[in-house]
Amino acid sequence: MKPHAELDTLVIGGGVVGMSLAYGLARAGERVRLLDEGDDAFRAARGNFGLVWVQGKGLDRPAYARWTLEAARQWPAFAQELAQHSGVDVELSQIGGLIMCMDEAELAQRAEGLAAVRQQLGQPYPFDVLDLKQLRALSPLVGPEVAGAVFCPLDGHVSPLRLLRALFQSFQNLGGELCAGVAVDAIAQRNGAFYVRTGGTEHVAAKVVLAAGLGNRALAPLVGLEAPVKPVRGQILVTERVQPFLRHPSLHVRQTGEGVVQIGDSKEDVGLDDGTTLAQLARISERAMRCFPLLKTVNIVRTWGALRVMSPDGFPIYQASTACPGAFVVTCHSGITLASQHAGPLADWIRGGQQPADISGFNAERFHV
Amino acid sequence: MFRPIDTPLARASVTLHVQGRPITARVGDTLAMALLNAGVVPFRQTPVSGQARAPLCLMGVCFDCLVEVDGQQNVQSCMVEVCEGMQVRLPIGARRAEDSV
Repeated sequence: MKPHAELDTLVIGGGVVGMSLAYGLARAGERVRLLDEGDDAFRAARGNFGLVWVQGKGLDRPAYARWTLEAARQWPAFAQELAQHSGVDVELSQIGGLIMCMDEAELAQRAEGLAAVRQQLGQPYPFDVLDLKQLRALSPLVGPEVAGAVFCPLDGHVSPLRLLRALFQSFQNLGGELCAGVAVDAIAQRNGAFYVRTGGTEHVAAKVVLAAGLGNRALAPLVGLEAPVKPVRGQILVTERVQPFLRHPSLHVRQTGEGVVQIGDSKEDVGLDDGTTLAQLARISERAMRCFPLLKTVNIVRTWGALRVMSPDGFPIYQASTACPGAFVVTCHSGITLASQHAGPLADWIRGGQQPADISGFNAERFHV
Repeated sequence: MFRPIDTPLARASVTLHVQGRPITARVGDTLAMALLNAGVVPFRQTPVSGQARAPLCLMGVCFDCLVEVDGQQNVQSCMVEVCEGMQVRLPIGARRAEDSV
C-alpha cells in the first residue's frame, strides 16, 4: 500500500515555467507545494524580454510550431483568468509583432523561413512581408535604414514581472503552498512517494516536477531523467519612460505599458556569468537606434544580463520518468509564450492525463542519436 | 526655502527662462541650484503617478531633478551649468516621443 502523501505534487522551481505548471495544477484542484530557491539563483524569469512570440518558431519542427501557435491562441483567455485570480493585469498586448530587417536579403530570408514553416504546418499561419512604407504605416517612427519587416498578427508581449507576480498570487489564492529560499539537497522515491529534502525539511508528495531551469541539469539524474541544458546569456537595456510610440513589439525593441522602452538582446556562451559588457550593450543600442532614431537621445536607466535555459537543439524537454514514475522534467527557453500551454495541457498530462501529441517528441533521448 | 551663501568673490549674473519666465542666476551655478534659488519647486511631475519631484542628491545620482533644457528632454539639472538665455521647461509626465533638438 502506498504511504499517504499530504501533497499531490511538489514543483521545484519558481520561475515562469514552474509557476505556470504549479498554477495549472492548483487550479485543477491538486494540493501543490512549490519549492523556490533564493535570489542568488539564476532567474531567467526575472530577466527576460516578455515576448509572446510565434513567428519563426518551429522551422523543421512542426509539432513545436503547433504547440507555440496554440499557446499564443490561448494567451488572451489565460491573461484574463490570471487577472481574475490575482487582480494583476499582465499587460498582454497581442496585436501582432515585427521582425525588422536591415537589408533586403535578410528580409527575403526571413520570409522564406516563415513560408517553410507555413508549408510544414498545413494550417493557417498568417504573416505579411512589409517594405519600409508599409512598415511605417504600422510603426511610424521606424528609421530610414530599415529595409522592411515581417509582421505576424499572432505575436505580442506581456510584462514578464507582472506575469510572474500574477502566477504567484493566483497559485497562493488557489491554496498552493509556497516555500521560498530553499534549495533541494536530495530526492528519493520510496513506496510510490517522493521525499524531497531541503535543508532540514522533508517534503513528501506523490509526484515531483522539476522546473528548475539551469538547476534541472543536476536534479534530473536524481529521478532517472536528464536535462542537458546550458546557459546562453542575453543582455537587455531599459530606458526612461517615453510617451507611447511603439504599439507593435519586435524581437529587439518593445515599449512596456508604462512607457519604458526595453531593448535586447545578445546570445552569448559565457557560462554562468550573468553580467553585462559594454561591447554588447553598445551593439544592441546601435541596432535599436537604427530601427528607431528617436532613441538616440533617450536616457538608459538600467541594463542587465540574464541566462537563457537552452537545450542542445533549442526545443523544450518534457519527459516523464520511467525509472521513477511520477517524476517529470520540464524545461524550455520560451517560458512566457508557452505559459498558457504549461498551465493547461501540460498540467493535465502531469495530473495523469494523455500526453499532448505535439510534445511527445520532446524527450531527452533525442540528444543521443 | 533656499538662500545663496555670500562668497567673497562677486559672480556675474545670467538670465535664463523657465516656462518663459525670466529668472536670474549666478555664473557657475548649476541649473538645479538656480531653479531652487528662484523658488521653482517642484521641477516636474512623474510619468506614472504624476507625483511632484524636486532634487534630492544634487550630485548626479538620483535623477529626480530632470528638466528640459533648450529642447533637450530629461536633462539632470544638477549636472549642467547655467548660461545666458537658457530655455528651461518643466516636464509633466513621460518624455515626448520625438528627436530632441
